[in-house]
Amino acid sequence: MGVAVLLKQVPDTTAKIGISGGRVDESSITKWSISPYDEYALENAIKLKESGHGDVVAITCGPARAAKCLTEAAAVGADRLIHILTESSLDSIQVQSLLSAAVKESGCDVVMCGKQAADTNSGSTGPGLASSLGFSCVGGVTGVSMEGDVASATRLGPSGLEEVEVGVPCVFTFDKGDTELRRPNVRGIMMAKKKPIDSLTPDDLGVDASNSKVSIKSHSSPPKKQPGQKFVGSESVPEVVNKLREEANVI
Amino acid sequence: MKTTVISESSNGALHPVTAQLVGAASPLGGQITVICPGGVGSSDAAHISGVSKVISVEGDCFETYDCLAWSKSLSPLVEGDLILSSSSAIGRELISSIAASKGIPVVQDVISLTDGFSATRTIYSGKAIEEVSISPPCAISLRANSFESAGEGGSAETTTVDVSQEVSVAVKRALARASERLDVSEADIIISGGRGMGDPANFSHLNEVADVLGAAVGASRAAVDTWDEIPHSMQVGQTGKTVTPNLYIAVGISGAIQHLAGMRSSKFILAINKDPEAPIFGVADYGIVSTWEDALPVLKDHLAELMSN
Repeated sequence: MGVAVLLKQVPDTTAKIGISGGRVDESSITKWSISPYDEYALENAIKLKESGHGDVVAITCGPARAAKCLTEAAAVGADRLIHILTESSLDSIQVQSLLSAAVKESGCDVVMCGKQAADTNSGSTGPGLASSLGFSCVGGVTGVSMEGDVASATRLGPSGLEEVEVGVPCVFTFDKGDTELRRPNVRGIMMAKKKPIDSLTPDDLGVDASNSKVSIKSHSSPPKKQPGQKFVGSESVPEVVNKLREEANVI
Repeated sequence: MKTTVISESSNGALHPVTAQLVGAASPLGGQITVICPGGVGSSDAAHISGVSKVISVEGDCFETYDCLAWSKSLSPLVEGDLILSSSSAIGRELISSIAASKGIPVVQDVISLTDGFSATRTIYSGKAIEEVSISPPCAISLRANSFESAGEGGSAETTTVDVSQEVSVAVKRALARASERLDVSEADIIISGGRGMGDPANFSHLNEVADVLGAAVGASRAAVDTWDEIPHSMQVGQTGKTVTPNLYIAVGISGAIQHLAGMRSSKFILAINKDPEAPIFGVADYGIVSTWEDALPVLKDHLAELMSN
């Protein structure tokens, strides 16, 4: 029993990403948030708890600043908070090994996370974690309900929106659905501030977090575009359409 | 050097991105094996130039999509220094699961590859570009339309492997059929609408232009968040899809930073907006300052005329 929800702290999606010395300049980022798809995972984890599927264990992996997203999760109902403290850049296997150890320790049989994080845009964690834990995996879901040990989920599959059934243990990765995210109330915020966070190091979990197999060579800004041509009024449309063919060669 | 390509399928046939995966692997040299889940498109895969071997993997578990069952069936057949897949939703899940089962790292949605193990990708949905080097063996998913397709004319040997795998995810019922429209992540031309369209019903005007061009219809986050009729699957930008079509037409979209991140690397951008100061004009190759009501009918008529010539 129990739902583990994996939360990643990322720069808010409204943030500008500055580059300094060939690396993303994190000091220029003023607002950090829970990655948007993870927020849907959190909301659904709390719904599952309310329907009687045990406690919600919120887990994050990242530097000290990432603790904030655990407190935010506690404010809306997470029961236990686990922070895996890491400083360096990790490869997918290292991330999954750390999370897998934490999920095993939590005893949860349902894992929820976003379908991809808003910083790396990868989407490797959910299915990779499921594979290493030997859990089933249903990706891109918008809602999950449970009856006993069987979960029913809505996902956008290859042939359209469908309802699937899967037994636990299972990992669900969330897409944005029409689920409303709840806002914390004042009492929730106050209680969350007092909630203890279990801080664990990779050593505590028996994982080697050095020697990433993927090393970042550089970060750069996307190439700046030359200023375009501007036209005024719908009477310019025929000219622009001709240019799309003659000049741009795209139609 | 040995590369295994996991083929991509759609509607029961080989998806063209498969030839792009082979095209990306070919310059690296060595042997290229294509694995076809469910055997879909295996005879077409054998005809892709540069393919040395095709493995058609067949079994009941491929009737519906179950990530773990598919990955367990394919993983024992995957070998080599490099595993490639498409970065579609299923491509990403499968390659993550296979990589994890082999204990090797995976890097997703790569847009350029050198020497196999030096890769370029966008991060923050296009707000920045990342270059990484990866120690083999490794798994990499590639973004569609970022690599040249390998040609036809191959005649690879095909072997069929029958697998039996327990399926844990059962499809109970279909709630809505997949849209007949092309998905924005697969289209060469996209026309997107924003909140400036005023009403979700007005997206029908975008559909009409899209039909003329064979384009997909997208939307800004503001439109998706405001109107229930506009599904999230249409959303372009951070928390939606990152797209790189040949032509991106933005209509009634002001150009919030999240949206620009997801579409700014389109090869060509046309923006139509009534506000001459809209940030979207900053990334547009051609900008037309006009209401959509005035511009779209003229656009549709002139495109129709041009396309029929």
